[in-house]
Amino acid sequence: MLRILRLAIAALTLLGLAGPASAAKEREVSIGLQAAITSMDPHYHNLSPNNSMMLHVFEPLIKRDANQKLVPGLAASWKAVDDLTWEFKLRKNVRFHDGSPLTADDVVFTLKRVPNVPNSPSSFATFTKPIVDVKVVDPHTLIFKTATPHVLLPSDLASVMIVSKLHGEKAATEDYNSGKAAIGTGPYKLAEYVPNQRVVLKANYGYWGGEEPWDKITFKILTNPAARVAALLSGDVQMIETVPTADIARLGKDPKYNVVDKVSNRVIYVHLNQSTDKAPPFVTDKSGKPLEKNPFRDARVRKALSVGVNRDVIVDRVMEKKAVAAAQLLPDFFYGTSKKLKPAKYDLEGAKKLLAEAGYPNGFALTIHGPNNRYINDDKVAQAVAQFYSRIGIDAKVETMPSSVYFTRASKLEFGYMILGWGTESGEQGSSLRSLLATFNRERGMGVTNRGRYSNPAFDKVLETALVTMDDKKREALIQQAAEMAMNDTALIPLHYEVSTWATTKGFDYTARTDQYTLAMGLKPRK
Amino acid sequence: MLAYAIRRFGQSFFVLVLMSFLVFVGVYAIGNPVELLVNPQADDAERIRATAALGLDKAFLEQYWVFLKGAASGDLGRSFVYNVPALSLILDKLPATIELAFVAMVIAIALGIPLGLVAGLKPDSILGRGIMAGSILGFSLPTFWVGLVLIMVFSVQLGWLPSNGRGETVTVAGVPLSFLTADGLLHLAMPAVNLALFKLSLLIRLTRAGTREAVLQDYVKFARAKGLTQGRVIGVHVLKNILIPIVTVIGLELGSVIAFAIVTESIFAWPGTGKLLIDSINQLDRPVIVAYLLVIVTLFIFINFVVDVLYSMLDPRVRLGGAASH
Repeated sequence: MLRILRLAIAALTLLGLAGPASAAKEREVSIGLQAAITSMDPHYHNLSPNNSMMLHVFEPLIKRDANQKLVPGLAASWKAVDDLTWEFKLRKNVRFHDGSPLTADDVVFTLKRVPNVPNSPSSFATFTKPIVDVKVVDPHTLIFKTATPHVLLPSDLASVMIVSKLHGEKAATEDYNSGKAAIGTGPYKLAEYVPNQRVVLKANYGYWGGEEPWDKITFKILTNPAARVAALLSGDVQMIETVPTADIARLGKDPKYNVVDKVSNRVIYVHLNQSTDKAPPFVTDKSGKPLEKNPFRDARVRKALSVGVNRDVIVDRVMEKKAVAAAQLLPDFFYGTSKKLKPAKYDLEGAKKLLAEAGYPNGFALTIHGPNNRYINDDKVAQAVAQFYSRIGIDAKVETMPSSVYFTRASKLEFGYMILGWGTESGEQGSSLRSLLATFNRERGMGVTNRGRYSNPAFDKVLETALVTMDDKKREALIQQAAEMAMNDTALIPLHYEVSTWATTKGFDYTARTDQYTLAMGLKPRK
Repeated sequence: MLAYAIRRFGQSFFVLVLMSFLVFVGVYAIGNPVELLVNPQADDAERIRATAALGLDKAFLEQYWVFLKGAASGDLGRSFVYNVPALSLILDKLPATIELAFVAMVIAIALGIPLGLVAGLKPDSILGRGIMAGSILGFSLPTFWVGLVLIMVFSVQLGWLPSNGRGETVTVAGVPLSFLTADGLLHLAMPAVNLALFKLSLLIRLTRAGTREAVLQDYVKFARAKGLTQGRVIGVHVLKNILIPIVTVIGLELGSVIAFAIVTESIFAWPGTGKLLIDSINQLDRPVIVAYLLVIVTLFIFINFVVDVLYSMLDPRVRLGGAASH
């Protein structure tokens, strides 16, 4: 049968119908993405793959560079006038895809639209909410007022795409998807959006930031990792994101391909459920009886569980070196990270001693819970951690589950020992400490994802001071201090930072980013 | 016939309602979509807003009631993730899936029945044994692996066929079809063959077993004794009599190929509904899951109906809607 097919194909080839599948034209490029883009409405769904795609068509006032440092976007400059007032100056040479100029009215319109997108499953209002009043000084100058000092305003605004008032006023999400309202200022125009299948972009030749090297870009959604690699190997796409761990070495050795990697803003860590006085679920003595006290409330036990894991082995073997052992919530070149913090050294004897001091000389039993389809090799990491714990006398079982089940249960605190991941979109450690380790209080937006319910008033105080300190240097020192307090107390167990990978066919250079975004603006033909 | 059809569709309606309720309960039990959709940094206000926006703040039975009311007017709800009507999301993708399924079934039938006949008529010949050996391979090799091997050979090594996606389409009566263009056929070849392989093996085995049984029957011997040509004996007396189980299986398999071509669709990034279903389950996008299953159940009901009609055409003893216990 295969022979028949082969003959048929050979015949078609002879007829000139079937050219080799590659042969991308010079200024056209195809890129394989791992996750679907759920909408082309920039304010509909706050989701990394969407945010990454939006940056091609739309732009925020402030952008983030490859290391997530803030750089001018549509705003040429900005400054805090006082604790509650910010002044933003827009660039004067920016035009939307239809030729209309960008003015302050478009920014005002955007801020109004963001909280009012119908049916939004995850809104961007979080970023615009602090702004209580907007004043237009002139068509290119805006004054934002906040109710309380909000130092993260520039970082928040880097997540908000500015849309055209002219096209957006009556537009619904559908109009952005169809391309009718998707008129941005970005380097590319939306040509076609097919949900769960592809996004096609065409160059915006009038782009204020200078022309990009590509006329046309096709993003294909290739969720299956093997299919993504096959598409690259067969020349159907010229670049893929998130190369499967097992293929990285092979592609790296092949001179026809380049593999680019970069440590990301995503930390894989463990939350220890400290919400109850009694032992949390799935934490028992070795015979299966519940423990009287919650062992995770003892800093010595937390530390034992941290030094009892050999991070180097996980990085080397499980992650095949595509990870970096973690000491805090972000790699130490980010804002607010402390260079003093080093990844916990593996210390078998030390861990045993700490457990004995805490009153568990014979250890206890726990179940490690984690997702199995969310982070790179997540289920294997859980297995590896369990192996290490058996050496320090802790009976560790492993139970992993799909993320659709896992995160609901984890948020209800149905687990004791939870492996989780956190990507810091803002690129500064203060916001991560606030979400993951501040005392749980969702009304105030503190500790919203603190599934361990770690609570330390001294730490809270330093962090809250930091969050209202306008001076960048002073604030950074305070965030560093808070991070050191939390990490020295083993408030959570950082395991590793994921390394993101991209592969291109030769002849391309890609500037890898820490935020795991795949941006065509980073892809250049090699000279 | 008409009374039969009406009764059948009455029953089907209850199946649909029951199924939608079960899926509702099932998805509700798995987890809370808001946990997956909302940004983890969001505070309480945002969580409450998102829950309300998706209609998840209502009591479970009330949510189901809202769904039923909508369904009665043809509205199966909006996708949580894509914010478009779930039904239109599925109907946009359905032609691609049905096309793939039909081409795969055509391959399976066109090759499977003749090969099965050969294997059944000459079970001890090298050809007959070879066909059976091949069908064991077709049965036992995982679709996933075969798909990847096809890609490695035809896309990566030889560069003849594109590794993913659907080719150029032409619109016929409002439905985009890709098997009418050369580019479309090239894209279709590998996924269709991959999907057909298992069904092909199944049909070979089924046809062979039926044939071996039929050739021993008296009426076949009698037909031979009458001096009928080999072609007529096989084509009319053997084939027509063994077709009933084959038609049943083809009907069932066509349904399952349409509904569960998920593995093939994800390997070849075929833009069909299978891929959509898996993504929707992972994201707990309940309206899409419910709508998808409703569409598929409807499809199954329709296919079964067609199969029943075909029975009555193939076997004069079968009467639709008669007093027969069937």
